[in-house]
Amino acid sequence: MNAAHPSVPYEPVFVGPTKQKLEALYPKYPTKQACLLPALWMVQEARGWIPEQGIAEVAQLLGLTPAYVKGVVTFYTMYHQHPMGRHVIQVCTTSPCGICGAEETLKALLQHTGCQELGRTSPDGRFTVVETECLGACGFATPVLIGNDFVESVTPERVPGLLQRYS
Amino acid sequence: MGYPHPSHPKETVVLSKYFGDAGARSYAGWTERGGYQALKKALGMTPEQIIEDVKASGLRGRGGAGFPTGLKWSFMPKNDGKAHYLVCNADESEPGTFKDREIMRWTPHALIEGCAVAAYAIGAEMIYIYIRGEFTEPWTIMAKAVEEAYAAGALGANALGSGKRIEVVLHRGAGAYICGEETALMNSIEGKRGNPRIKPPFPAQAGVFALPTTVNNVETLAAVPHILTRGAEWYKGLCLSNPKSTGTKLFSVCGHVQKPGNYEITMGTPMMTLIDEMCGGMRPGRTLKAVIPGGSSVPIMNAAEAKECLLDYEGVVAKGSMLGSAGMIVMDDSTDMVRVIMRLAKFYAHESCAQCTQCREGTAWTVKILERILAGEGEAKDLDLLLDLAENMTGKTICVLSDSCAAPVVSGIQKFRGEFEAYLSRRRAPAVA
Amino acid sequence: MSELVNLTIDGTAVSVPKGTTLIEAAKQAGVLVPHYCYHPSLPSPAVCRMCLVEVEKNPKLQPSCVTTVAEGQVVHVNSANAKKARESVLEFLLINHPLDCPICDQAGECELQDYVFQEGRAATRYEDYAKRYNPVEDFGPDVLYVPNRCILCTRCVRFMDDVAEEPVLCVAERGDRAFIGIDPAHKLTHEWSGNVVDLCPVGSLVSKDFLHKARAWDLDKAASVCTGCSQGCNITVETRDDAVVRLRPRPNLEVNRHFMCDTGRADYRWMNRGDRVEAPLVRQDGKLQATDWLKGFEALAALVKGANGPVVVLASGRASVESLALTKKLVAGKTATLAVQVPMSKNAEAPLKGVPNLALRQERAPNGTGAAWLGYSKDWTAALNAAKGAALVLVVGAELTDAEWASLKGAKAVAVLAAVDAVGEDVAQVVLPITTVAEELGAYVNRDGRIQRFWPAKAAPGMARPAWWVAGEVASLLGGGDAPQSADAAFKLAVAMAPQFGGVAYAELGFIGRATAQSPVGVA
Repeated sequence: MNAAHPSVPYEPVFVGPTKQKLEALYPKYPTKQACLLPALWMVQEARGWIPEQGIAEVAQLLGLTPAYVKGVVTFYTMYHQHPMGRHVIQVCTTSPCGICGAEETLKALLQHTGCQELGRTSPDGRFTVVETECLGACGFATPVLIGNDFVESVTPERVPGLLQRYS
Repeated sequence: MGYPHPSHPKETVVLSKYFGDAGARSYAGWTERGGYQALKKALGMTPEQIIEDVKASGLRGRGGAGFPTGLKWSFMPKNDGKAHYLVCNADESEPGTFKDREIMRWTPHALIEGCAVAAYAIGAEMIYIYIRGEFTEPWTIMAKAVEEAYAAGALGANALGSGKRIEVVLHRGAGAYICGEETALMNSIEGKRGNPRIKPPFPAQAGVFALPTTVNNVETLAAVPHILTRGAEWYKGLCLSNPKSTGTKLFSVCGHVQKPGNYEITMGTPMMTLIDEMCGGMRPGRTLKAVIPGGSSVPIMNAAEAKECLLDYEGVVAKGSMLGSAGMIVMDDSTDMVRVIMRLAKFYAHESCAQCTQCREGTAWTVKILERILAGEGEAKDLDLLLDLAENMTGKTICVLSDSCAAPVVSGIQKFRGEFEAYLSRRRAPAVA
Repeated sequence: MSELVNLTIDGTAVSVPKGTTLIEAAKQAGVLVPHYCYHPSLPSPAVCRMCLVEVEKNPKLQPSCVTTVAEGQVVHVNSANAKKARESVLEFLLINHPLDCPICDQAGECELQDYVFQEGRAATRYEDYAKRYNPVEDFGPDVLYVPNRCILCTRCVRFMDDVAEEPVLCVAERGDRAFIGIDPAHKLTHEWSGNVVDLCPVGSLVSKDFLHKARAWDLDKAASVCTGCSQGCNITVETRDDAVVRLRPRPNLEVNRHFMCDTGRADYRWMNRGDRVEAPLVRQDGKLQATDWLKGFEALAALVKGANGPVVVLASGRASVESLALTKKLVAGKTATLAVQVPMSKNAEAPLKGVPNLALRQERAPNGTGAAWLGYSKDWTAALNAAKGAALVLVVGAELTDAEWASLKGAKAVAVLAAVDAVGEDVAQVVLPITTVAEELGAYVNRDGRIQRFWPAKAAPGMARPAWWVAGEVASLLGGGDAPQSADAAFKLAVAMAPQFGGVAYAELGFIGRATAQSPVGVA
């Protein structure tokens, strides 16, 4: 899950089991292109973000052009276009959570992770905090997605303890 | 059971019966609780009979539009020799709405079973369940349930020994509200930007992969097995006011109530019964100020309207709003309405797909004006401008995202004009944006 | 004949084929519905929402680019509702659009500028909010992207996706952050990619070649035919103060639709050459001396008359039907080898995949078919060999290498009709100044046997005249009857020489030309 530094030579993602995983998806759709979102997820799982070379690799495998894939990558906000911290923290601040203290939770997360600013990675490389639009758990304000962990009802008080679980 | 609160006595517990019951998640657990009987029954019926039953039940789409489900299914072409698709919309992304998430988390097989019945009814062998990327936990639970359903023979080339092929594929979104719009969702499955499509053609003619497709919401599909096993008449009988609104509906209630959560009520229940009795009322010392009753895209109600509102499709329309996805955002007297509306507009500006001019530019402009007002730099003419922009953004684009941005702005200015004017006249201190 | 549908658009009744879009039907009613994303040669996404019109009995305004006609429909393009909607689209487009018209190449031919002037608001309501900013990007050999001017109509993306079938452009990001993205490793190098500049309704995609060269309102335009290959794409030659500054495709749905290739587009600098022959030159005392036309005619007539033996005509591939015909007439009665210079490219054909039968062809001359109909051979090598021992070699606009010119020293006499100066001057007895395709009226026959006219775009230098006029006058001196005094008359003579022309006259050709019985089946 680590974010590769851009200067590290790119190792193809789709080799061995990952390639098999992608190929196993092909028969589930009438077109190869339909595997684009899943393939991009696989790149992000392996690299922590979606580098240009990952775009080129996916494009080549699915018979698309890199420009086309770029258009898709940039449409979906969960695909990271830049290297991120080891744990990406997505905080919902849309109105329903906003009226229930999401801003304070976000501030606490920015402070305790050391990120200070949205989109910045903490100096220790552990975290990147981003604001996200409605996470679909408005009754559990404030929901926070840390990596793949969906955490409900995060309050500023809970933040320090929560972060301890992530190294 | 109920989750996160035990079911309230005034709830009519059908879909949410096993919320909080982890034992219902497994295939074995689900069959013990009567699961897959509906699918078995359905596979012994003709597709036409199923569609008639669903029509008779009065079930309407629970995703927001409220279109009669049986009628929608009947639009699928018959004997056209083409592959048909059922797409389940599990992109639940309308602010204020979090009911489908609970269905998938607690009763994944209820959804799979509903999907299987619907697929059989519309002549589809393939089902795509499009789950928003942020729903990591529902995804894991659904994936396990699908695996189990295959292993148990409920899915696959010979579903429950019927000789019918029913396949389920989970497809993960990646962060785009607009993919909850059915044509955008289909584009997303196809590996495209989630841009809404021009209609016609409608999905039943040319949907995903340009083939006949029905798109149904999670809650709609989860209700279908109950209609088959307990009968259309029973479902239709669940109705407290208008006969066009039948069955139970999951209301997601969030905001300033004591007990936010999902509540399953019979259509026609008064809104205040839900807020005051089931949700425990407002926070201590606070009073109700406003409700957005159907997810953030519908007009805002003030307290007076909310107090007279009956919760069904017609009842909410009668009070100037829409039932939508029944995601209720409840706000008390501490709420800064200007700020709420600005943040909603920001949401739509962030989520606009960029296709239509009015939406791409109008949503962002609306945010800028509202931010300026909040910063204490607004001018009196800004309100008229906001209303004019809202008019220019309504009814003119491919999908309704633009309209959805305009709706809270217009209703907000109409019903809470004083709060805007307090900022404009500098009577209220600037709220740092 | 397809079924006709009757409807009323802004009070005018029209009947159009079933399936016609409202925007096209409105053209029949004489109403242009303002639009950006719609283009007749591209699929319609209906995203700009500019072409919304009011259709009676329909609660919402309809996008006229994708709404098809229905019997009895009553459509209002200029109702108050439709106009307000368009005014608002213009306002929305302008909030992020820089008002840099004074330095924008598109000014004067900008659809945003035009429609805003026509029906936009007089003043902005955007106050002093910041406009979206992105830096200018290099999109390819001849294309710059100025994102701040972009209105996201996506014509360029759709052209590359659906017509060129090389999707190197995309819409990147979303909402008001969106812009046109490009694959950094694969820019607009496609042979037909320059069309995105023409397609761009604003000044967002601009041509590097044309950058800051001229203001649109200073340009004069003439209808012409591209001379770059045998395809015969219809073009407009655009001049500023008599200098050609740009070639652009001219719509012809039967040949090139709305497109031309980059090779053809760039092929205009020769039209502006300053080193032109400007007077008839006749050799006297061993030197070519400037003289008047009559002396020039007499000199050439003498050479033709005195040629006792084989005559070889070496004609340019750009020579018009008229010039080739009159040259043929000039050497009638002689044992003549008529040859036309048709360069063959070593590069494969470069098709525009989305348009049937449209490609940059290997045959890099516009009139090979016309020449063949008139009896000209394309065997240039054989003709050059024959020329070495000919009694008279008549070079009509052809471009020869130094070695080839030198080889003509073996001929008894050489006469040259040339546009460019210092051509064959050491071998020629006579050099007569002729015009180029950019300076004359004429016709070409493309590879599919389609006859198409071109018109002069600029003035001829000095005494230069069309080759057909020169050859006609000399033939007349030699007893060939009256010389044609118009291109029309010259064309009539040409048509009479070859049955393939099917007896057509200029008047029947119009601006888009005409296919003939020689045209392959399936090619309009």
